[in-house]
Amino acid sequence: MNELEYPFDSEYIIKKRKSIKRKLLADGSKRLKKKIAVFGGSTTSDIVVYLELFLLNNGIEPEFYESEYAQYWQDAMFPGDELIEFAPDIVFIHTTNRNISNFPLMTDDKSRVENLLESEYGKFEQMWKKISETYHCPIIQNNFEMPFYRIMGNKDCSDYRGRTNFITNLNRKFYEYAEKTEGFYINDINFISASYGLKEWSNPLYWNMYKYAMCVEAIPEFSFNLANIIKSVFGKNKKAVALDLDNTLWGGVVGDDGVDGIQIGQETGVAQSYYEFQSYIKSLKQLGVVLTVCSKNDYENAVAGLNHPEGALKPDDFIIIKANWENKDRNIIETASELNILPDSIVFVDDNPAERAIVQAQIAGISVPVIDSVENYISTIDRNGYFEVTNFSEDDLKRNEMYKANVQRAVQQAAFSDYNEYLLSLEMTAVIDDFLPVYLQRITQLSNKSNQFNVTTKRYTPTEMEAVFNSSEYIRLYGKLIDKFGDNGVVSVVIGKKENNILNIDLWIMSCRVLKRDMEFAMLDRLVERCRGQGIDTIKGYYYPTAKNKMVKELYGKFGFNKISEDEEGNTIWQLDIKSYENKNNVINVQDNSSINQ
Amino acid sequence: MDTKTIFVRLNKVFRDVFDDDSIKVTPKTTADDIDDWDSLEHITLIAAVEREFKMKFKMGEISSMKNVGEMAQIIAQRVK
Repeated sequence: MNELEYPFDSEYIIKKRKSIKRKLLADGSKRLKKKIAVFGGSTTSDIVVYLELFLLNNGIEPEFYESEYAQYWQDAMFPGDELIEFAPDIVFIHTTNRNISNFPLMTDDKSRVENLLESEYGKFEQMWKKISETYHCPIIQNNFEMPFYRIMGNKDCSDYRGRTNFITNLNRKFYEYAEKTEGFYINDINFISASYGLKEWSNPLYWNMYKYAMCVEAIPEFSFNLANIIKSVFGKNKKAVALDLDNTLWGGVVGDDGVDGIQIGQETGVAQSYYEFQSYIKSLKQLGVVLTVCSKNDYENAVAGLNHPEGALKPDDFIIIKANWENKDRNIIETASELNILPDSIVFVDDNPAERAIVQAQIAGISVPVIDSVENYISTIDRNGYFEVTNFSEDDLKRNEMYKANVQRAVQQAAFSDYNEYLLSLEMTAVIDDFLPVYLQRITQLSNKSNQFNVTTKRYTPTEMEAVFNSSEYIRLYGKLIDKFGDNGVVSVVIGKKENNILNIDLWIMSCRVLKRDMEFAMLDRLVERCRGQGIDTIKGYYYPTAKNKMVKELYGKFGFNKISEDEEGNTIWQLDIKSYENKNNVINVQDNSSINQ
Repeated sequence: MDTKTIFVRLNKVFRDVFDDDSIKVTPKTTADDIDDWDSLEHITLIAAVEREFKMKFKMGEISSMKNVGEMAQIIAQRVK
C-alpha cells in the first residue's frame, strides 16, 4: 500500500489508521502469523497500532502481548502465565533514555561513573539473557536517543559526567553485546530521533501528559523502522533491484544525448548526485543484493551508458540487463524467472511515474519506491529498509557471483543441442578425495542442509562428523566442483562403513546447485576405485524415502545396482558387485587432494 | 476563521479518526458521546486536529478542555 511506503505522511497515517487497517485486512492476501511481545518502559499502545499496519503491509500478521505500563523489567524477569502461554516469536524491549535510572552527578568521580555504567548496563544484559533462556526467540532492543538538553553544553558529549557521554557509552556496550550475540538486534532510535529532529521527538509534553517517550507524530516513523527489523528476521527482505537507466542512473537520455551527453561523474552538481547514487547501488551489491537493469533503450546504448568512464557502476555489476522496448512488467517477470526468485522480491527503481504505475499494477507485491529527484534517490530507497540486514554471511558476499554464474550456464545450455556437448563445454574439474580438515565444517553443514539429493537423510553433528573423520572403519569422499564460470565449492559427500568385503553406504548427498552435471557418476567412479584398493568387492546402498528426497529414489538403479529388498514403507536396499564396474563419468576431469594448496 | 468552518472541518477529523461517518460533533460533544473516544484515542485525535488546523495545543489546554466547543474556541483564537 503506497500510503505505508517511505516517504509516508505520518499525520495522514495517524488520522486514517482505522480505515487503513480495514483495507489491509480486506485485501485477502495470505500472511505469516507471528507473536510479538512488547516490553515497554513507556506507553506502547500507539507503537503497536502502527507496527501492526506496517507489518500487515509486509505480509506479516502480528499478534501482540503488551506489558502493563513500564513493567518491562518485571515481565522479562518474572514472566506470568499469560506471557509463558503466549510464547512469543520475537520480543521487543521498548526502553528509552527516560528509563535510565541513574545519571552521573557533577560531584561523581570517574570510577563511580564507571560503576554506574556497569550497573545500568548489567540490568539490561541480565534481562536479555533471561528472555533468551525463557523463549529462545530473537530479541529487539532500542538503543538510547540522545538527551534533549546538555547541562554542560558542548562538553556534555566528552566529559565523563555528561549525560550525552554516558548514553553514548551505554549504547556502545549494547552494540558490543549485539555484535557477539546471534538473534539480538538493535532498533536504532538514536538515528531515527536525530533524523526526525531530536527537539520535536523529545518534546516533554508527550512524556508528561501521556508517558510517551517521543512525540506522537514520530511514532509511525519509529514503528516503520522497527517493522523493518521484524520483516527481515522473518525472511521478508527483498532480493534484487531492477533499475531504469535514463534519468535514474544518469541524467539525460543516452539514446538522444549520446554517451558524452549524459550527466554522470564529477563535472556538475547533478552529475555528482547521479554518481553518488550509482555508488550507493554498488554498495548494495556488496550486501548481496542482486542488481539488474530494466530500461527502454537499445541494448547497445544501455551498455555504452553503463561503460561511461565516470560512472561508478559497470555492465559487469549487473546479473541481467534488460534493455529493449518491451513492457517493463514483462521484462521484470522474465528477470525474476531467470534468477529463480519471485517477482515480489524485486524493487523496481524508475524515475518515470507512468512506468512505476504500470509495474505496480501488473506485479502484485513488487516494491516501487516513489523517487522524485536525484538528490533524494538514496534516502528514499535506504529508508524503506528493503534490504535491512539482520544476518550477514560469507554467502551474501558471494551471492552476485553465484547468480551470475548460474545465468551464464543457462545461456550456454540454450546454445547447445546436445547435452553432453554442453557438459563438456563447462570445462569441469572436480577434486574428489578423502575428507580434509579444512572442509569438515562445510561437509557437516551440507549433511544437515541437504534434503533432496539425500538417500538416507542421516544428520551429523560436528562431533559425530569428527569421529567419522578419525575412524579407519569408513571410506569417505567429498567432491568439490569447479567449472569455467566459477568454483561451486564442496557439493557432494559420500560416507561408507566397511564390513569385511562389503561397504555399506551411510550417506550420499549432493547440493542441488550441481544437479545434472554427472558429478554423482564421478563420485561413484572414485568410490569404486577406493573400494578396490581396500579389498572390498560389494557396495550396498540404502534408500529411505522422505517427503523431499524423491529425486534419488532410483539413484542406485541408475548407478547399475540391483535392488535386493523393498519394504512396505518404500525403504529399498541395493547391491553392486564392483568386479566388472566400468567408469561412468566422461565429462569431469577428476583430481585428488594433492591438487589442493594446503 | 469562523466557528461554522471550524466545526465542518472538526467533524471531518472526528469521522476519520473514529472511522465512523455517522458522527456529528456539536459544541457540547464530549468523550462520553463517542464510543471509541478513550484516553488513547484522545491522543490521536489531538494530533489529527493539530494537523488539520496547522496549530499546536499547549499542555494546559489539552488537560483543561471540557468539550468540543472549548476546543473550537482555542482553534479560533490561534488560527487567524
